Amino acid sequence: MNKSVLIGAAAIACVSAGVAAAGTLDDVKARGKLNCGVASGLVGFATPDASGEWGGFDVSVCRAVAGAVLGDPKAVEFVPTTGKTRFTALASGEIDMLARNTTWTFSRDVDLKFTFVGVNYYDGQGFMVPKELGVASAKELDGATVCIQTGTTTELNLADFFRTNGISYEPVPIETNAEAQQQYLAGACDVYTTDASGLAATRAAFENPGDHTVLPEIISKEPLGPLVRHGDNEWGDIVRWTLNALITAEELGVTSANVAEMSAGTDNPEVNRLLGSEGSLGEMLGLDAEWAKRAIMAGGNYGEVFEKNIGENTPIGLARGLNAQYTDGGLLYSPPFR
Amino acid sequence: MTTLTDPPKASFRLSMLIYDTRYRSATIQVVALFGFMLLAAWLINNTLTNLNTLGKPISLAFFTEPASYDINQRLLDYNSRDSHLRAAFIGLLNTLVVAVLGCITATILGVLIGVLRLSKNWIVARIMTFYVEMFRNVPVLLWIVLAMAILIESLPAPRAFRGENPEATLSFFDTVAITNRGVYIPEPLFSNSLGNLPIFGNSSLRFDISLDFLAFALVLVAGLFASHTIKKRADVTQEATGLRPTTWYTRLAVVFIPIIVLFAVLGFHLGYPELKGFNFQGGTHMRNSLIALWLALSLYTAAFIAEIVRGGILAISHGQTEAAGALGLRSGRIMSLVVLPQALRVIIPPMISNYLNLTKNSSLAIAVGYMDITGTLGGITMNQTGRELECVVLLMAVYLMISLSISLVMNWYNNRVKLVER
Repeated sequence: MNKSVLIGAAAIACVSAGVAAAGTLDDVKARGKLNCGVASGLVGFATPDASGEWGGFDVSVCRAVAGAVLGDPKAVEFVPTTGKTRFTALASGEIDMLARNTTWTFSRDVDLKFTFVGVNYYDGQGFMVPKELGVASAKELDGATVCIQTGTTTELNLADFFRTNGISYEPVPIETNAEAQQQYLAGACDVYTTDASGLAATRAAFENPGDHTVLPEIISKEPLGPLVRHGDNEWGDIVRWTLNALITAEELGVTSANVAEMSAGTDNPEVNRLLGSEGSLGEMLGLDAEWAKRAIMAGGNYGEVFEKNIGENTPIGLARGLNAQYTDGGLLYSPPFR
Repeated sequence: MTTLTDPPKASFRLSMLIYDTRYRSATIQVVALFGFMLLAAWLINNTLTNLNTLGKPISLAFFTEPASYDINQRLLDYNSRDSHLRAAFIGLLNTLVVAVLGCITATILGVLIGVLRLSKNWIVARIMTFYVEMFRNVPVLLWIVLAMAILIESLPAPRAFRGENPEATLSFFDTVAITNRGVYIPEPLFSNSLGNLPIFGNSSLRFDISLDFLAFALVLVAGLFASHTIKKRADVTQEATGLRPTTWYTRLAVVFIPIIVLFAVLGFHLGYPELKGFNFQGGTHMRNSLIALWLALSLYTAAFIAEIVRGGILAISHGQTEAAGALGLRSGRIMSLVVLPQALRVIIPPMISNYLNLTKNSSLAIAVGYMDITGTLGGITMNQTGRELECVVLLMAVYLMISLSISLVMNWYNNRVKLVER
C-alpha cells in the first residue's frame, strides 16, 4: 500500500514539476546554481575543455546570467541538450534557460510557448562539401546525400530549398554535431548543412579544414538567441537585459579590463546607470546595483566574448559581419539602459 | 438432551464489510479501485488544466498540417508537403518493416543456435554459448551503434567507385554496390507493367497496390493450389493401389511455368545500380541504418530465442529421442519430426515476448537515423510542433496496437500447436 502511495506521489510530482513556471529567480537563488541548457559539444559555442570546464560563445551567456544573479559566473550547471531534447528540457523546468544556437521562429515563440530574449548571433544556413567533389553552388547538389541535425529549423529549410529548386536529395538524419562530423568525414554523406557558424566551428575541428569548402549560398535567416519559458516575465527580463548589458557594454566601451574602474562613476550617465553607480536599474530587476558589472566581468562585453571564442583570431575564424554593432554597420542594437 | 437448532440467521450489518472476513477483501478492493480511479481522474484533470494554463490545450489539428521535413526511407510516396499524419504513417511502415525482417531472421538464427548449443561437438557448442552470452549481456543499443559504425567506417564511399582505376568495384558480377551509404541491389522492373491501383484516394493513408505484384501473387497461389491438388490425388492413388505416382516434376511445373510465362508477358528485367552524380541510382537501396538496425536486433534477439529453444528441447524427455532412434530415425529427423514439434509448446509463449521485445526495441532506430515511427511522430513531428503529450500518447497507442496484434496472432498459433489431450 505504501509503495503505491509513493508511486502516485511521484507521478503527481512529475506532472506538477513542469508547471512551476513563475519564480525562476527565487528557485535559482535558493539552489545557488543556474541550470543552463547548451549544445552538447560545438567547438567555439559550447564545449567542455580538457578539465571539463565548459566554455564558448553560448556558454558565456550562461556565465553572464549566473554572474548577474548569483555573483559567481562559475555557479552554472551545464546541461548538454540535442536539437531534439532542448525544448522539452526547458518546458519541463529541467533548465532555467537555453543558450544553444536556437533559431528564433514564430512557432517556437508563440506556439511552443517560449520567450526569446534577444539575438546573440545573426546566422544563416549554409552547406559544407569536400573540395574534391568540385561543387561550386548548392544548386548543383542534385541527388546528393545530406547530413542534417534532426529536429532543427535547418531540417525544414533544407526540404524547402531542394523542393523549390526542383532538385532531389537524400537526407541522413543525425542527432548531434559530433555524429554529423563522423558521418561526413567517413563519406556517408556528401554534404553537411547547418548554420554557417556551426559549419565554421565544425570545420575548425577537422584535421584538414582546407579540404572542405562552405558553399556561397545562405538559404535562410537564423537569428540565434537565448530563450526562457513563457509565463515568468521577471526571469525573462533578467536574461534579456543581461544579454543587452553585454551588447551595450561593447557599444559604450566598457570592457572586462576597465569595468571595475568605470563602475566607480564616469561622465557618461548611461555607463553609470548600466554599472549601478546611478539610478536603480538593478533593483527594478530584483537584483542589486552591480548586476551588470558582474555580468560583464564574467567573460567581458559582447565583442570580447566574440573575439575570444569564435572571432577571426580563433580557429573558427568568423568575421563580425552582421554581428557587428549597429555603429559599425552590423545588426547589434541594444535598447537603451534608461 | 440437546436439541439441534438452526444456527441464527446472520443479519447483514454494515460493519461486517470491515470485520467479516467474508466481505473484507471485497471491500478493500472496491475502495482501492475507487481510490485508483480518483487518482487517475485527478492526474488527467491536472494535466489538462496545466496544459490549458500553458496555452497548449490538447489538439490534433497539427496532424493535417504539412510536415515540412523529408524522410529518406519510404515505402510509399511522400514529400515534405504531406501532412504529419502521412509522415507518421510512413514511419509506422518503416517500424513494421524492420520488426518483420528482424523477427524472421532472429527466429531462424535463434533456432539454429539453440539446437547447435546442444551439439555433442564441443567446439560448436562452446562457440554458440559464447555467442549467446556475448549478445545477451550487452545492451542492444550498443550493438546497433556498433553495427552502424562498422558499416560507415569500413565500407567504401560511393566516390571510391569513381574514376579510371576505382578503389572499389561492384560485387556479384557488377550487380550489387556495397557502400557506406547502404547496399544497392538490382530491382525487379516490368516493361509492360500493369500499373498501380490507388487506394484511399488522396488521404494521408493512401497507398498504391502494384497490379504486377497482385498478378504474381494470384498466379503463385493458384500454382500452389494446383500442386496441392496433385499431391492429394497422388495420396489417394497410393492409398488405393499402394504405388505412389511420381509427381515432383508436374508439381514444380504447375508452380513455376505460369510464373515464368507471366514474367515474360510483363517484360520482366532487372534494374542495376549505376553510379550517377553523387550516389548510385537505380536498384533497390537498402540503407545502412536499416541494415544496422536489422542486423543488431536480429543478432541480439536470436541469443534470447536460442536459449528458449534450448530450454524447450531440454524439456522433452530423452526417452522420446531414444524411442524415435529405436524406430530407425536418424538424428536430424528425430529433431525435426519428434523433438522440435513437442518442444514448440514450451517454446512459443516465451517466443511471443521476444517478438514483442524486438518490435519495441526497434524504437532505438533513432540512434542510427532510421526513420521509424519514433523518429517521425515521436521525433521530428513532436519537436517541430511542440505537441509532446499528444505525440507520446499516440505513439504509445500505436506500439500497444502492434504488440497486441503480435500477441493475438502468436497466441492463435500457440493454441494450434499445443498438445492436444484426448
